[in-house]
Amino acid sequence: MAAATPTSYTDKVIVSDEVAEFSPEIIAEMNEHLAKYPPERKRSALIPILMLIIQRERGWVDNAGVNFLAKFLDLEVTDIWETATFYSMFNLRPVGRHHIQICKTLSCKIMGEPEITEHICSKLGIHPGETTEDGKFTVSLVECLGSCGTAPMMQIGYDFHEDLTIETVDQILDSLR
Amino acid sequence: MEIKAIGCEPLSLKRVGIQDGHTLKVYQDTGGYVQLKKAFGMSPDEIIQHVKDSALRGRGGAGFPTGMKWSFVPKDSPKPKYIVCNADESEPGSFKDRYLLEYDPHALIEGMIIAGWALKASTGYIYFRGEYNYLIHIMDRALAEARDAGLLGKNIFGSGFDMDIHTHTGAGAYICGEETALLSSLEGFRGHPRMKPPFPAVEGLYACPTVVNNVETLTSIPQILEMGGIAWRDLGTEKSGGTKLWSISGHVKKPGVYELPMGYADMEKFIMEDCGGMLRDNKLKAVIPGGSSVYIMNAGQILGKNVTLDYEGIVEAGSMLGTGGMMVMDETVDVVETTKNLSEFYKHESCGWCTPCREGTDWLVKIFNRISVGEGRPEDAQLLLDICDNIEGKSFCPLGDAAAWPVQSAIKQFPDDFKKWLTKKANGNGIEANI
Repeated sequence: MAAATPTSYTDKVIVSDEVAEFSPEIIAEMNEHLAKYPPERKRSALIPILMLIIQRERGWVDNAGVNFLAKFLDLEVTDIWETATFYSMFNLRPVGRHHIQICKTLSCKIMGEPEITEHICSKLGIHPGETTEDGKFTVSLVECLGSCGTAPMMQIGYDFHEDLTIETVDQILDSLR
Repeated sequence: MEIKAIGCEPLSLKRVGIQDGHTLKVYQDTGGYVQLKKAFGMSPDEIIQHVKDSALRGRGGAGFPTGMKWSFVPKDSPKPKYIVCNADESEPGSFKDRYLLEYDPHALIEGMIIAGWALKASTGYIYFRGEYNYLIHIMDRALAEARDAGLLGKNIFGSGFDMDIHTHTGAGAYICGEETALLSSLEGFRGHPRMKPPFPAVEGLYACPTVVNNVETLTSIPQILEMGGIAWRDLGTEKSGGTKLWSISGHVKKPGVYELPMGYADMEKFIMEDCGGMLRDNKLKAVIPGGSSVYIMNAGQILGKNVTLDYEGIVEAGSMLGTGGMMVMDETVDVVETTKNLSEFYKHESCGWCTPCREGTDWLVKIFNRISVGEGRPEDAQLLLDICDNIEGKSFCPLGDAAAWPVQSAIKQFPDDFKKWLTKKANGNGIEANI
């Protein structure tokens, strides 16, 4: 019987000892981060490597990536999870290729966020927190992204999209299809 | 979006919006790194004195005097010392640092090296909020330029002083704007605040003496050396020195980042004239003047009241300057809904370390949720205040206060908005809300 597809770290953390593998170029990139901190303070590189490299390469914070990072930083696997489960930008389950994060905090809220969210969700046929069936889009509602003067706004991946209107949202989504 | 200085020459905004302002060449062509050279001819004490004279107060929200913070660093400590720039800008309503980081990264680098020289710190870190990823790339390029030009590294300008600065990314956590939580995060841990004392100046990063300053604070340092501390202070008022960046958002015609001298008069003129007035010419209802963590003000506290834009003036008017992230709301908003929105923010961002904040923010949201579906009870406003009372001053770090203040002030300044929700209680008995 095939194992059920794990969907979150809590499902998977128990079951997998798999350790991710990375190319020498990626390892070199990790070492660049490590070099910023005193040699006895490797743990400082945990968040930068996990977010900027492992999550980028693996698509999310999966068990194999975490197992690798624990070995790489001479830490326990639980040390990595302890930190990873605190921060909202770590995707502890797979997300779509394009992760649409709509700012829902006050300035965006009063400048039209509800209409933007409604439009995006109905266009993609999902609710906030869900991923489209083809795995292309995930929509999340997130807290303030520091673009209040150009509200409403959203971030797709790391790209800021500001001063949104229904028309510009359509253009942005169409360009990603 | 507008970016401009009003009532003063642009200092912090000098290069914001200038073509290639982020490059070393343009920075040096416009007077950059001259103050660093000058600083190496000054003693650390002289530099700290200028910063004290300037009356510069931390621009990240807490407003602690920067010169005093610097003077807490023990001179005789054998441990390495650190300068950490707090670029974790995540206070709702604040977006000023983003433009400094994008357009003027070298001003921050110069400020950090001067701070490093004054405090004998040879390593600096710039802690970016994770969402500001594109700014990290801009800063990494600026740091590489500075290293190539000998402005960072060994023996800078032949001074015998070595320093390097590195970027560091966060991963999404408002609490990491609190300086001790930021240090926990920089060490690779959950962003939990730490007990003070010891203050970071004595035991900060890796238990070594550390100064944590906001982006705008550090970019002000070269300006202060250029003008001299007292002259810089005199741009503003005696207690609130210099100029300040204000982030304006919400229902105004011209939102943006404005640089104003401290003591600018007044808030009404600023909103109604400088920021173009109210969107759709609606009536002003509410202003949160300093980022979401301060008291909300009603129009009556502002219109005709000559509220000066400095630390003291806004306190006198009943709120706080905070980060200068001003959110303006017109008559179409319902303050119960806007306060619910902020309570959701604080619940999400509470780090969970201490009970009053973790449980209290959760209960605030639970009660707002029932109010917002028409299930509010007449006593709910008092219940919200009671919960706030159990958070305020009782949490481990200021996040708890920041969660309580918007709710307390909303009920105080906008009782009618709450009455409307609480009196039309679903059971239809029309009991007058107890506010």
